[in-house]
Amino acid sequence: MKRHLISAADLSRDDAVLILDTAEEMARVADRPIKKLPTLRGRTVVNLFFEDSTRTRISFEAAAKRLSADVINFSAKGSSVSKGESLKDTALTLEAMGADAVVIRHHDSGAPHRLATSGWIGGSVINAGDGTHEHPTQALLDAFTMRRRLAGGEGDLNGRRITIVGDILHSRVARSNVHLLTTLGAEVTLVAPPTLVPVGVETWPCEVSYDLDAVVAKSDAVMMLRVQRERMNAAFFPTEREYARRYGLDGERMARMPGHAIVMHPGPMNRGMEITAEVADSPRCTAVEQVTNGVSIRMAVMYLLLGGNEPALSTPSTTSTTRTEENK
Amino acid sequence: MGKTLIRGAKVLGGEPQDVLIDGETIAEVGTGISAEGAEVIEAEGKILLPGLVDLHTHLREPGREDSETVLTGTKAAAVGGYTSVHAMANTFPVADTAGVVEQVWRLGKESGYCDVQPVGAVTVGLEGKKLAELGAMHDSAANVRVFSDDGKCVDDAVIMRRALEYVKAFDGVVAQHAQEPRLTEGAQMNEGIVSAELGLGGWPAVAEESIIARDVLLADHVGSRVHICHLSTAGSVEIVRWAKSRGIDVTAEVTPHHLLLTDELVRTYNPVYKVNPPLRTERDVMALREALADGTIDVVATDHAPHPHEDKDCEWGAAAMGMVGLETALSVIQHTMVDTGLIDWAQVADRMSFRPAAIGRLEGHGRPVSVGEPANLTLVDSAYRGAVDPAGFASRSRNTPYEGRELPGRVTHTFLRGRATVVDGKLA
Ligand SMILES: [Zn+2]
Repeated sequence: MKRHLISAADLSRDDAVLILDTAEEMARVADRPIKKLPTLRGRTVVNLFFEDSTRTRISFEAAAKRLSADVINFSAKGSSVSKGESLKDTALTLEAMGADAVVIRHHDSGAPHRLATSGWIGGSVINAGDGTHEHPTQALLDAFTMRRRLAGGEGDLNGRRITIVGDILHSRVARSNVHLLTTLGAEVTLVAPPTLVPVGVETWPCEVSYDLDAVVAKSDAVMMLRVQRERMNAAFFPTEREYARRYGLDGERMARMPGHAIVMHPGPMNRGMEITAEVADSPRCTAVEQVTNGVSIRMAVMYLLLGGNEPALSTPSTTSTTRTEENK
Repeated sequence: MGKTLIRGAKVLGGEPQDVLIDGETIAEVGTGISAEGAEVIEAEGKILLPGLVDLHTHLREPGREDSETVLTGTKAAAVGGYTSVHAMANTFPVADTAGVVEQVWRLGKESGYCDVQPVGAVTVGLEGKKLAELGAMHDSAANVRVFSDDGKCVDDAVIMRRALEYVKAFDGVVAQHAQEPRLTEGAQMNEGIVSAELGLGGWPAVAEESIIARDVLLADHVGSRVHICHLSTAGSVEIVRWAKSRGIDVTAEVTPHHLLLTDELVRTYNPVYKVNPPLRTERDVMALREALADGTIDVVATDHAPHPHEDKDCEWGAAAMGMVGLETALSVIQHTMVDTGLIDWAQVADRMSFRPAAIGRLEGHGRPVSVGEPANLTLVDSAYRGAVDPAGFASRSRNTPYEGRELPGRVTHTFLRGRATVVDGKLA
């Protein structure tokens, strides 16, 4: 593993499978009466959020705490620090506080990359979503969910057909998923109105379709992306109703999916827009499961970035040994 | 001021000759000129060019003296071999009145390193709504001939038409920053393969090309001349080539950075590569080089855009757009155009001195190296190779995309009306 997790493109197949396997072990911890590992005791993880996302922040926070790390939540949103200086100055502050890892969510694409490569801080950087660039832990938890549902919880996703539907242009989730899922051997198809597909998509390792009905029947998983209603005002599509009709997932379309196929959503859902309540609440929809899996994945990522080569689940005895050695 | 004999330099890259400067003018050109009473510069193997002229420089004064002043900017210009620069109007306050252009003009006179020809804004406050007092700026001591809202596009077709027409009264020219504003809302880099991957807002080529197409048609319609700033795409080249073939009075400039760098560099998210217009693709770079060679693009202009460190030492989205360029321009042109065999030194003189001076209607600059002409001269050691070190810049700002990059050529001497502003590569 590298020191940082900035882009899903940085992960080899083996890296990705290692993270998924480690996350499986972490998931087992959640089934224990005491859901805590001592692995990152004494280490400091900072959640640096320049953009509101309670869901993502508490997922990272829960993951870090289950690994016994000290967690500092730093919300830079709304602070009046002049733009530009804020990231660097905040980074220098965190460095002075001895952050071992910085989990960063930022409205600008590339901000985590800058944080990791500018020399401002020495710790690991974990990208928790940057602008319209990437959200690698989301892609990992999606892959984890798919692997459990579609591949028996082990190996990769070789040959699985995954359809991602919605605002591809502005989606960091889509970008990370295209990288990661293809690395894991899946065949990815993006579905969106042409206005919401980036110019330059032709070099991506996936198919692009403008017709959802043409692909649902051959999908093992259909991932619905959140579509902001405001996009309508910039003429990306004419009306909410037209979007929902052409690109939304309703019960009728879901019924045409293969029996084993799942519906995914990174949340929060726009019910009535990209997904109907019927689909959102059906047992085929994994949205809630994805949230649970998110904690396991983030534990695995932090463990692998910060914990080095020790076994994922350090037994109580190894932990006490370590502590004794430290005391000598 | 005494005499200076530049001995054995290849004038415009041709046969070695001696050039004797007496006072402010060139007194003799030939071989075996007597050195009596003159200071001698042994220039064997070096290239002697007319002093370079930049049509597009941001000197930042008044208003952003933290990034550059007329003094530091003209020092940078001299180091780069320039004897005249056009100072763009997007200062604070905007150079949209006779008062501001005269202030900039006076500061240039006081600096003494390089002549400063102020550019006047086309519209009040660069807002694109109401014509600035173009005539008053022309009639002022600054004698403004070039008008530009650079940094912003004159996007309203009627305002652009009127401006093109109005400046004909005093042989002015409108220099358009071609950027359709609606197509570039939130734009951060060239729209294409790299922007799709990086998730940065795309800046489509068509946003530049559609404005150029409109403006050459407007210029044709009203019989005016129009100048296109920092042309950056292969499509823009085709439009200008077509317009010239139709006899439309259009001229165009290209920056050194658009002749060398591509949007692949943005993958580093290093804001030193953030610039307006954005770095484009390899295909665009090659088309621009070809167009500069065949004359479709008339001139090289630096778009020297200094920014303080903090405006680049941040995340991409928050960073300012622009690069400094005066001190590296000639090296980049040697690297991309001369050493590649696309143009010779005489054509460098044409694209970097004669033609920009002609477009700006400058007198006393962009003149041939011959007897009786003002001694505005630049001596270049084209054999030099060295890495760019921004710490040594005369500019107040360091935002160069070439830090550490090895580039050929170095200006060893610059003469402004016979007075050396640069000697042995250092400010005199
Ligand atoms: Zn411009």
